[in-house]
Amino acid sequence: MLKTLLSNDTPRSKVLTIVVLIIFLGLALAPFLFPGVRSLDTAARIAIFIVLAASYDLLLGYTGVVSFAHTMFFGMGAYGVGLASLHMGRGFGAILVGSLAGAALAAAFAFLIALFSLRVRAIFFAMITLAVASAVAVLVSQLSWLTGGEDGFTFKIPRELGPANRLGEVAGVKINGKLLNYYLIFTCSLALFLLMLRVVNSPFGRVLQAIRENDFRAEAIGYRVVWYRTVATCLSAAVAALAGSLFALWLRYVGPDTTLSFSIMLDLLLMVVIGGMGTIWGAAVGATLLVLAQTYLQDLMGSAASATEFLPLLSRLLDPDRWLLWLGVLFILSVYFFPTGIVGRLRGDK
Amino acid sequence: MTTLAPDHKPTFASVPLSERFAAALPVLLVPILVVLGFLAIGNPSSWLTLTVSGLAMGMMIFVMASGLTLVFGLMDVINFGHGAFISVGAFVGVSTLFGLSHWAGAPSLTLNLIAILLAVLAAMAVTGLLGWAFERIIVKPVYGAHLKQILVTVGGLIVIEQMIHVIWGPEEIFLTRPEMLKGSITFWGAALEKYRLLAVAIGLILFVAMRLTFRRTKIGLIVRAGVENGEMVEALGYRLRIVFVGVFVAGSALAGLGGVMWGLYQEVITAGMGEEMMILVFIVVIIGGLGSVEGAFIGALLVGLLQNYIAFLEPKLALVSNIGLMTAILMWRPQGMMPVVKAK
Repeated sequence: MLKTLLSNDTPRSKVLTIVVLIIFLGLALAPFLFPGVRSLDTAARIAIFIVLAASYDLLLGYTGVVSFAHTMFFGMGAYGVGLASLHMGRGFGAILVGSLAGAALAAAFAFLIALFSLRVRAIFFAMITLAVASAVAVLVSQLSWLTGGEDGFTFKIPRELGPANRLGEVAGVKINGKLLNYYLIFTCSLALFLLMLRVVNSPFGRVLQAIRENDFRAEAIGYRVVWYRTVATCLSAAVAALAGSLFALWLRYVGPDTTLSFSIMLDLLLMVVIGGMGTIWGAAVGATLLVLAQTYLQDLMGSAASATEFLPLLSRLLDPDRWLLWLGVLFILSVYFFPTGIVGRLRGDK
Repeated sequence: MTTLAPDHKPTFASVPLSERFAAALPVLLVPILVVLGFLAIGNPSSWLTLTVSGLAMGMMIFVMASGLTLVFGLMDVINFGHGAFISVGAFVGVSTLFGLSHWAGAPSLTLNLIAILLAVLAAMAVTGLLGWAFERIIVKPVYGAHLKQILVTVGGLIVIEQMIHVIWGPEEIFLTRPEMLKGSITFWGAALEKYRLLAVAIGLILFVAMRLTFRRTKIGLIVRAGVENGEMVEALGYRLRIVFVGVFVAGSALAGLGGVMWGLYQEVITAGMGEEMMILVFIVVIIGGLGSVEGAFIGALLVGLLQNYIAFLEPKLALVSNIGLMTAILMWRPQGMMPVVKAK
């Protein structure tokens, strides 16, 4: 049963199994294990980013295609939910319509970009996605009548999911709408994660891996490489958009900084590379690590910076705003020395 | 009577006119666009102003893009960190200009130009050196693996950009152009900014110099041959690795030059400017045809001109004009305007 649910792709390593179990239980019981607004927020972010990283891994790790437009798709889902809720009024119908519309739009965009670039050279895809994503980000911040511009906008989610909806207490933890919202997001994320696991372990996923290893040979066996790559792109875009919808639902806000910015794209790259390219489990481990580090390590850097104030250069290097510097260094090192990431190491792959 | 050669009459098919025309068509796109711009704008003096600024912008983008496209053509290396050299060049150049402020501020064209020349030389020296280190540390271990190249060079871009923040501080830096390059001259009723004219001149000189190097010198011949068939060139005894490092360093130095020019054009520099420019540079390189310097030149001019015309005619469309141009060109020629023919 469990094996079917995991599509026969078990963690295949004792340590990894324990890590995955800790992540799963930690997220499933987050409101009870770590009470507090901030930790619940972190847990929701982890759940959503696991899905986002998994969908990105489908492209980067399984298909071997680098996309810089993944946050664009993420943003489409987020803006879809936001705009639908704003214009259709609060309600589950609006959320459903918004998510589906966002996912459809993302898939359509992905289809167009893929047709234009993948049919010539896979390397075009990286450059074209970068150009399109930046154009869309600029467009979103310019069209303020529709998108709220740089500031973004807040919107209302159904009353049942708001903190005002009190339902009593369990084990000393107040059960309210916010908690329900968390569990809604957790369930959706889990379902999407299992779906990604299913996709990569299907015959379709095998073909993608074959294309990654040797596209020429895959074509020679008789698989239309362009179509497989295009379908993978569309699928990954749609799942990313759904993750974006969940993110908007959780934040009750959409804006360019939270959904479209290039720094999220970099985080995503790091999650997948550090966790392990080509394994969906790697996305889960990487996303958890990175979100945790981002939330708690930056405080640590701040104190380290103030502790080393007598050394101006070191203090500047440790400034919390220079967070990306260290991520960049870590990123390069992990591409060189741990190309299979944490999961690859734990599984003992080469 | 015996003949050694078999009996045959070789016929050399001459290239039909239509094919020759098709090959030259991209070159004609620039004048066509200029004429179309004239028809759409109608007003000769604004048209002239826009054309000059479009050409200036195109030249600057070309300076930045030329290194990238050659590096790709020669060694199949795609360098996403190229933008970092643009930023570093701008910061080094502008710092040099600040150091020479009494020359840059003096009302003498000679002193101004010397100050700019020194700034450019400093920027090119630093970015060239940085390019050499970048090639050694970042790019060399990942030859032949596109995926890793993209990832690692993006990492390098982040690190260099953040180091700019560490060294020069997180704020953007505002600057003014040297004294004699401020303001504009009037020509046939059109106001032409002096600095833009200088940028066009520098770009043209560079393009001509590059073309001469490629067509008339031995090193240019080796580079061109290397782009077409690297293995053959190596079999003839040339160490292409060394040529490649040289091209990489030169390309980085040119990116630094482009950075200084762009910084002086915008009169403000930020650590993220290289990253922003990279988007235009990529568009130019793609529509020109990866690996083709001439293609990049035409692509850069098209991007610069179109952006300026559209910004004047329909400001809202300017944002997407480049994407539209890229789409149109890729529909017409999926490999870019002047694809490099690989003998593989």
